[in-house]
This record gives sequence, structure tokens and C-alpha cells, in this order.
Amino acid sequence: MAENKDVIAAIVGIEPGSAIAGVVSGRADIMALTQKTHDSALAPENPGGLSHAERAALAWRMAKINDNKAFEDHFEALLEKTGAPDAAARMADIWFDGGLDVRARALIRHVDLVAHAPKQATRRDIELLQEAGLADDDVVRLSELVAFVSYQIRVAVGLELMRGLA
Amino acid sequence: MSEIVHDFTTEIPVWKPYVTPLNLADATAKQLEALKVTPSNTKVSDYVLVLAHDVETLTHRSPLFNGVMYNSGGLSRAEREIGAVGASIVNRCIYCAAVHASRYNQLTKSTDVIAAIFVDGTEAEIEPRLKAILNFAVKLSKCPPEANAADMAALVEVGLNKEEILDLILSTSLFGWANRLMHTLGEPIRE
Repeated sequence: MAENKDVIAAIVGIEPGSAIAGVVSGRADIMALTQKTHDSALAPENPGGLSHAERAALAWRMAKINDNKAFEDHFEALLEKTGAPDAAARMADIWFDGGLDVRARALIRHVDLVAHAPKQATRRDIELLQEAGLADDDVVRLSELVAFVSYQIRVAVGLELMRGLA
Repeated sequence: MSEIVHDFTTEIPVWKPYVTPLNLADATAKQLEALKVTPSNTKVSDYVLVLAHDVETLTHRSPLFNGVMYNSGGLSRAEREIGAVGASIVNRCIYCAAVHASRYNQLTKSTDVIAAIFVDGTEAEIEPRLKAILNFAVKLSKCPPEANAADMAALVEVGLNKEEILDLILSTSLFGWANRLMHTLGEPIRE
């Protein structure tokens, strides 16, 4: 992802010169690091065992779980850019549970759990990923993806509410 | 004999990972750089060694985390901790709640606010400014987020300016991230 577009600025509609742009510019370093982490979580140079398409599809699924249309559109567009291979793309379908594909089933189950109700997660949930064939480094990659997207959506939701003040 | 800690506390437990932390001897140059390991600094927590398995996010995550919690100006450090605690309560991350509740207590030299929050959550009898901050943090942390225009207006009413509100949004959201790592990739242990 070579482009320098700031996803949160685009989604919240932070226009240069606006009042909210002035406030956010005070934390420009944080916003830049947020965008860099987005690129590292969605399209890393070394994706390990989680392809860019799978990451975009799972992030799109998370945006649905968070009931956030703007992020749904963003991650759908990212998925399109990867070529949206069927096996990955169908993981974005909230009614699809992975079917007979043991690995897809485990990925989807974990993403749904950690996006929606992380408090319910236990050691067993990590074991289920490992039993489905995920190596420990891919367990961490998946966890960072879910955790980061949850963060990014909340920053945007908060900024949208703040923009509503002006 | 060690046991898993299930209740909110300000005594910081030991965090025990479910996955194998990176063995420093196997670390790549990129991982060592992200871990800030130097010949004079080889002490790295298990948590960070676990996150080093995804070095590309860790590289940005560490400076981002420090900036959100400690950069100058904006919301006070203590009130950023309330954002962290609010998220950690919703996501029931006992470890994060303990670290950040105890940091709030250290910064304010008081234990009353955290004690009240651990018992009564958003119904805690705390000063209106803290109550509005906690309420916003808890509602933004739900999935889907439940914070609304009235919760935002309440922050302004108790005196937060926009710079402070931005810092609250960031510290709360950051713990939506941290909790989803710490609470799902390991458990808090009392030894």
C-alpha cells in the first residue's frame, strides 16, 4: 500500500483548515503511526500465513460487527485491490462460518469472538487456532489485526462525535 | 502454587502467555530494532516478546502507545488512565486494569476513585468530570461502540476542551487494542 492516504481523515471527513483538523494536527504523530500500523496490519511486507486478501476480508467482517458502514466500504475496497480470491472473500460474509474449511472456520470464530466480546476469550480459544494449524506467529498476526481494527474504528467514531460538536 | 486472577485489582499480576514468546537468540535484526534491544538493554517482557512475532505492527505500536499515554499537553496523564481503565473494564482485561488503575492511584496519590469504579463501574460516585470521562470510555469501548452525541456533549459540560477530548478518544481506543492482545494471548497469574 504505497499511497499516503490517511484512512481515518478520509472516513471522518477531516478537511484541511477545518476546526477538527486543527485539533487533530496536535496529535499528527499519533495519526501518522495509526496509518502506518493500518498498512502493517492489512498489507504487511511479510504477511506470514495470513494473506492480504484474508486480512482485508476479516477486517471487513469486523467493520460489520462494529456496525460501521464507512469502514465496511474501506475494507471492501482493500479486498478488491487484492483481487478478492473467493476463498478469502467469502470470509467477509457475516453468515459464513467457514463451512468445512477447518482453518477458515477457526479464523472466523476467533475474529468474531475477539472483535465482539474479547472478555469471553480464554486459553482454549488460542488452542483452537493452534489445533486448526496456525503457527504462534500467525496467532499473533491475527490478534494484532483484530485489535488494531477495533482501535481504528473507535478513534474514527470518537472523532465523528467530536466533529458533531462544532 | 499459582492461580489465575479473575477479579479487578490494583496489585499487578504476572502475565503468562498462551503462545511461545520469541526467543531473543532467534530474533531478526528487524525484531531487535523493534524491541529496542541493545547490548546494555536485553530485558524484554514476555508480552513484548509475544508481540515481536508480528514485528511490522510492533515497530509502530510501541511509539504510538507511548505517545498516546505520555505525550505533553492535552488531557492529564491521570485522566488518560481513566480512559484505559474504562476500556479494560468493558473488555475485562484484569492485567491492563491493574496496571492502569495503579498508575492512576500513583499519579493522584489516592485510591478512592479506582476503588469506587471497581465496585460500581459507571455508577461509581465520583466527581462529575471523572464520571463523564469514565462513561464515555466505557460506551466507546462496547462493540458496536455505544458512545453518542449526548456523551460527547457531557464531556464539554464538565470542562474538557477538544484537545483533551481527542486524548481521551485515543487512550480509550488504544486499550480497545491493548486489551484484545493482553487478555486473549495470555492470562494474569498470582504466584
